[in-house]
Amino acid sequence: MVLDNIEGLITKYEQGETTLKEEALLKDYFSQETVAPHLETYKPMFVYFLATQQEQFTKDVPLKPRKINSIYKWISVAAITVLMFGVYTQVNKEPQYTEEQLLAYNQTVEALNLLSSTFNKGTENMQALDLMSSNFNKGAESLSHVETFTETTNKIFKTNN
Amino acid sequence: MTQEAFLHIVMPFKDKVFRLAKRLLVSREEAEDATQEILLKLWKNKKQIEDYKNVEAFSMTMTKNFCLDKLKSKHAQNLKIVHSNYQDGNISLQKQVELNDSVDWVGKIIEDLPEQQKIILQMRDVEQYEFAEISKMLDMNETAIRVALSRARKTIREKLTKTHNYGVR
Repeated sequence: MVLDNIEGLITKYEQGETTLKEEALLKDYFSQETVAPHLETYKPMFVYFLATQQEQFTKDVPLKPRKINSIYKWISVAAITVLMFGVYTQVNKEPQYTEEQLLAYNQTVEALNLLSSTFNKGTENMQALDLMSSNFNKGAESLSHVETFTETTNKIFKTNN
Repeated sequence: MTQEAFLHIVMPFKDKVFRLAKRLLVSREEAEDATQEILLKLWKNKKQIEDYKNVEAFSMTMTKNFCLDKLKSKHAQNLKIVHSNYQDGNISLQKQVELNDSVDWVGKIIEDLPEQQKIILQMRDVEQYEFAEISKMLDMNETAIRVALSRARKTIREKLTKTHNYGVR
């Protein structure tokens, strides 16, 4: 490699005008053990670039778990839908009775009706009691007459004493 | 798209994504997390990926934006204080001895470059993209890219010369 050539390339390089090929030449030159003393300062630069180029990304990227996660999500959505549907149908179901149960129900209704009709008869009798209590009140009124009467008689007696 | 097909597309450039992330975020762990996140984003949008002509360029642009956003939020959280400990120009003698290995030193110098220059330098000198590709990925014209690149290269050379001279003295 001609040194002049390298010097020319270095100047171009610093201007940012080298092509990739020319830069490769420079990298080649500076990866040698010995370089021209006045170009020594450039060596670490190119060695550094070549070294960093080797660095690799070694960490794993968890692509799989994410996928499984999304499947779980959909499974849970499906489960909830099924559950809600089940609850809905259970709650809205028309109650179904057997004949025996219906018979028992009707008999109970009849018995209760009978009871209520006799109960009404009872209340009719209660009206007599009502009448009595009104008469009782009248009696109490006449009693108050008696009370006033005794008051006046007492007055009379007082004056007499 | 099956997982294999996806990996087949992603494999060739996943290291490039990682290296760009590391260039910007510096720490290896953060770069790994960022790469993972970007690959997962690609996986999620795998339907659209099929429509892209150049998934690699798209991913590199995404990486750049993602990392810059991350840096921005970091600055907002004042994490810069921690970071600037070694961004500081006044490197102690002790550190200078450590960094005497000039190859590592190049990495430190690049850390101090502005983000845009970092990205361009990474894409050109490490990943060897053509200017046309870089211009598409960064949405910049080629002249601007050349200018930024030239600045970055000159800065590195100047700083290297400086340390070299210190070493001689």
